[in-house]
Amino acid sequence: MRKELPNDRRKFILSMARGVGLSAMGALVWSAYVDEVKAAPLILRPPGALDEPDFLKTCIKCGLCVEACPYDTLMLAQPGDNNPIGTPFFVPRDIPCYMCDDIPCVPVCPTGALVQDSVTTEVEDELTWDITKIDMGLAVVDVESCIAFWGIQCDACYRACPLMDEAITLQYDKNERTGKHAFLKPIVHADACTGCGLCERACVTKKPAIYVLPNEVALGEVGDHYIKGWDKADESRLKDAKGGTTVTERSNRSAVDSLNDTGDLY
Amino acid sequence: MAMERRDFLKSAAAASAASAIGMSIPTEAQAKADAAQSDWRWDKAACRFCGTGCGIMLATKDERIVAVKGDPAAPVNRGLNCIKGYFNAKIMYGADRLTQPLLRMNSKGEFDKKGKFAPVSWERAFDEMEVNIKKALKASGPEGVGVFASGQYTVMEGYAAQKMMKAGFRSNAIDPNARHCMASAVVGFYQTFGIDEPSGCYDDIELTDTIVSWGSNMAEMHPILWSRVTDRKLTDPDRVKVINMSTYRHRTSDLADIEIIFSPNTDLALWNYIAKEIVYNNPESIDWDFVKKHIIFAASPVNIGYGLRRAGEKSLKDGKYTALEMEIIDKEMKKVVSEKEAPALKPYGYKAGDVMENNPGSLAHWEVSFEEYKKFLEPYTLDYVAEISKGDPNESIESFKAKLQTLADLYIEKGRKVVSFWTMGMNQHTRGTWVNTLAYNVHFLLNKQARPGSGAFSLTGQPSACGTAREVGTFCHRLPADMMVKNPKHRAITEKAWKIPDGTLNPVGNQHIMKIHRDIEDGVVKFAWVNVCNPYQDTASASHWIKAAREMDNFIVTSDGYPGISAKVSDLILPSAMIYEKWGAYGNAERRTQHWRQQVLPVGDSMSDTWQWVELSKRFTVKDVWGEQPLRGNKKLPDVMAKAKEMGYNEDTTMFEILFANDRAKSYKLDANDEIQAGYDNSECLGDSRNVVGSDGKVFKGYGFFLHKYLFEEYADFGRGHAHDLAPFDVYHKVRGLKWPVVDGKETQWRFNVKYDPYAAKANKDAGTNNSHAFYGKLAKALPQGDLLGVKDPAKKSLANKAKIFARPYMDPPEMPDTAYPLWLSTGRVLEHWHSGTMTMRVPELYRAVPEALCYMHPADAKGLGLKRGDLAWVDSRRGQVKARVETRGRNRPPQGLVFVPWFDEKVFINKVCLDATCPQSKQTDFKKCAVKVTKA
Repeated sequence: MRKELPNDRRKFILSMARGVGLSAMGALVWSAYVDEVKAAPLILRPPGALDEPDFLKTCIKCGLCVEACPYDTLMLAQPGDNNPIGTPFFVPRDIPCYMCDDIPCVPVCPTGALVQDSVTTEVEDELTWDITKIDMGLAVVDVESCIAFWGIQCDACYRACPLMDEAITLQYDKNERTGKHAFLKPIVHADACTGCGLCERACVTKKPAIYVLPNEVALGEVGDHYIKGWDKADESRLKDAKGGTTVTERSNRSAVDSLNDTGDLY
Repeated sequence: MAMERRDFLKSAAAASAASAIGMSIPTEAQAKADAAQSDWRWDKAACRFCGTGCGIMLATKDERIVAVKGDPAAPVNRGLNCIKGYFNAKIMYGADRLTQPLLRMNSKGEFDKKGKFAPVSWERAFDEMEVNIKKALKASGPEGVGVFASGQYTVMEGYAAQKMMKAGFRSNAIDPNARHCMASAVVGFYQTFGIDEPSGCYDDIELTDTIVSWGSNMAEMHPILWSRVTDRKLTDPDRVKVINMSTYRHRTSDLADIEIIFSPNTDLALWNYIAKEIVYNNPESIDWDFVKKHIIFAASPVNIGYGLRRAGEKSLKDGKYTALEMEIIDKEMKKVVSEKEAPALKPYGYKAGDVMENNPGSLAHWEVSFEEYKKFLEPYTLDYVAEISKGDPNESIESFKAKLQTLADLYIEKGRKVVSFWTMGMNQHTRGTWVNTLAYNVHFLLNKQARPGSGAFSLTGQPSACGTAREVGTFCHRLPADMMVKNPKHRAITEKAWKIPDGTLNPVGNQHIMKIHRDIEDGVVKFAWVNVCNPYQDTASASHWIKAAREMDNFIVTSDGYPGISAKVSDLILPSAMIYEKWGAYGNAERRTQHWRQQVLPVGDSMSDTWQWVELSKRFTVKDVWGEQPLRGNKKLPDVMAKAKEMGYNEDTTMFEILFANDRAKSYKLDANDEIQAGYDNSECLGDSRNVVGSDGKVFKGYGFFLHKYLFEEYADFGRGHAHDLAPFDVYHKVRGLKWPVVDGKETQWRFNVKYDPYAAKANKDAGTNNSHAFYGKLAKALPQGDLLGVKDPAKKSLANKAKIFARPYMDPPEMPDTAYPLWLSTGRVLEHWHSGTMTMRVPELYRAVPEALCYMHPADAKGLGLKRGDLAWVDSRRGQVKARVETRGRNRPPQGLVFVPWFDEKVFINKVCLDATCPQSKQTDFKKCAVKVTKA
């Protein structure tokens, strides 16, 4: 339905954001702009976006992706949003990414800030859009406030997930307190989660107990010096493994210097 | 990278659970300290929503319910809830709560059918109701006054409504939305056991080895029971098997060892296939000792139509149905036997292409021999059944057959306990009564019924479909405690209990909920009152009923907490007190009766439905209703005024004095020192600080006696001593519900089992037998003898203490996909919303979680229709169309050829598309099957 309606709101935002980007307006706004260029580690970008530093260099703030979005999910950052002004982003609790099958926001990008190759798959020698490849962020569960971890039969996030049983699965655990019920706990799988935020939108707690964070924030990283002995696929991390030297405060001097410094040893 | 993340999240979850346990002791101590100084009050209640019947505790502060918690002492849920239950504290406080009566009026302040709603006083509201009820009685007699009743009535509300309707207006046109929900289960119970409601209880879940869910998405519709099933599976994952039988994939498949996707309506064939496997291929598995002592075999006619309108009915003659609609309605009178159903109908003498002349459905059945039953089962070979029932075109027939064989093997396996659960898939079915009885067949043959951990168990949809609609009997054909209006003895018992003259009660009880709608469309019912339901949203072929209500000469009243579609369609709207704003009781699916006290004063000038009925009764005197009354077909109800005078009434005695404010009622005293009443509001009996101006234009000061206790105790007397025993009113305020029959203070877990049910033990002893069971229900317990084709010896033979196995074949539903309408449509619910969404769509969190109903379909079907996920599509049937957004990835995954649309969303009004075909025996609508086409909007 929304697709058919003329979208005045979006046009207004677009013209305003462009204006900000080009003329930079007054000093007060300008200072905000400077801050907001640097800030925003928590910003969620459209599908197929380059890594944040490259994205900021490549995005020309044209707003075409925002115009292409049929759900009004994408917005251009305005002064006060605490985001680099004029760049596209979304707030899943307000409007999540509905993961359109044809990903209309990506092909309209004129500069490659949104990368088509990252959201397509080759099927029988033909490139097709593949929304499951999108990786905008990662949903994280706060197990303290997630009511499914209390034993409430909720799982609203799980049922809202467009990649149900891949990106979110249910983990069944016995509820020893009642002795006859089970916990059905939502577990997010980073390899499948696209960061669309439909789960965050659906979450019934006051502040969502499941929320999307940019991958750089949400994900840890394990060093490539240890490979899981039980997981053949984990060996792929060895591809980039390089030998190197380790330095601690104990080892930061040469062995000779260290040996010659007897201190108060004797 | 990916794997580390997943493992990390899992371990984080485990760590958190462990830390929560570790923390519990200091937290509890702190909580106790806090509670001592609290300014809130906790009290127990039942959850407002489904038939599971979870116990909750409500916190009240400054006249508002501010919080809810699961009741840790409640045996059903032990302190847990689902997300609907989690929001019980918010359901009464939607911003658009109705707070005063609203009447459609013109500029002069007169009632005007075409007018806009404007506030009126309670007095004016009752004036209008009185005038219009009198007008309806004059025009059509008692059959002209109808009530859309509810499985969400409290026990007391249902009893008050039923008493005023049947004793006062002498109208049996009171029928609940439970008709749409449980009627097929009820007729199944009646025909099989002779008495309503399940033999087992929820404890079966912890005791069984096998859970088979038939047409029931327990994971979403009975989440707390599902968490018990999940726990059972986790406890013994190798032994315990879970099977999901459905026409599309839904969340219940997650836990299932086997998922069987079958073609709509073929559950009939599947049950008969299992029975055939038992009888033909595993005869040693039949417990003949049990069967011979406890079971007889029975048959019934097959040409019973589909509960649609029949030729000659007024609205058909008046041309209110289009040629397209008539394509299906015509099958009510006759149909051509299809290739698909022909083998199953062969034992009845039909072959493909024959014309079957349909009679109106009846409850008639007769006893047949085991040999006849065996002959009936012959067609249900694995080949035939697999061919007609495989529901996913992309599944291989070999894989499907292997699953059916495994299913039968699990039922048959010696020593394996099996529970079969079902809900709307088997009840909302044009052969719903049949398929319910077929479930018991399999369990009976194997002696796996009414035993701990084994039994066919009908789950209930609504919170008091059992407790009120069924046990109180707010159906057109019923009286309390499984008595029938048709039965002169039952009417006499009721008339005596109600202290009304012999002959007052109307013996004709045929205005079931579809019939009330149709009677409004035919101009017979001129006054209809909607209580605790939303019949203008929840009924199939909805456009007809809305048009009849808005465009014909009639008066429709809706009592509700919120402005739903029924309110919008009405002429008068009454603001009702919602659940925790009144004293009440509900009865759940395992026969557990649970009471609660009024927690807060109602919002605005709302008053309970009980109060509304009692106030209405003040407007009608003996001479208004107990003179001779006309019925359809030149029948009459007798003048009972002379008898009334003999009983000490006069012609100006009001129904209020006779039915509600009589001597017995006044014996239930209000007492501020009574531990049950002390400190709690009672708006009907004491009045309250709002000083609501009542039906006489004066401030309502209360009835002065304990009305709710009176209504409950008088009602309970009907069942006491008759296998429906309820405990005293006060007891229910001290315990967390009790499963009836409550005998010597003890509840009953497994009925009909001599070991657990005192009534079965007594029946066994009285009969001088030493049997394991006694199926002591009294209805339809003497049958003529015959064969599959009909009665041969009309002399009735008693079958006391026995149950029945029925021969009932697979038959097609009346409307199936064809070239014009190539897809099946099934409708249903989602976990987040309750029924028509009047409450849950007003809870912001639930609204945000699921703001609209989607059309779930297979990605290949969507692609073939040029539809993308998220596109708007038209869903069209012969009756109407709606627009809905397409979802191909969601919680429901239909096979190719079927779409699923939930019905909670008034903006996606799917009941305009559905067909009002019903089970001809139970009169329950089949909301699970009709034919549609889907196109891009």
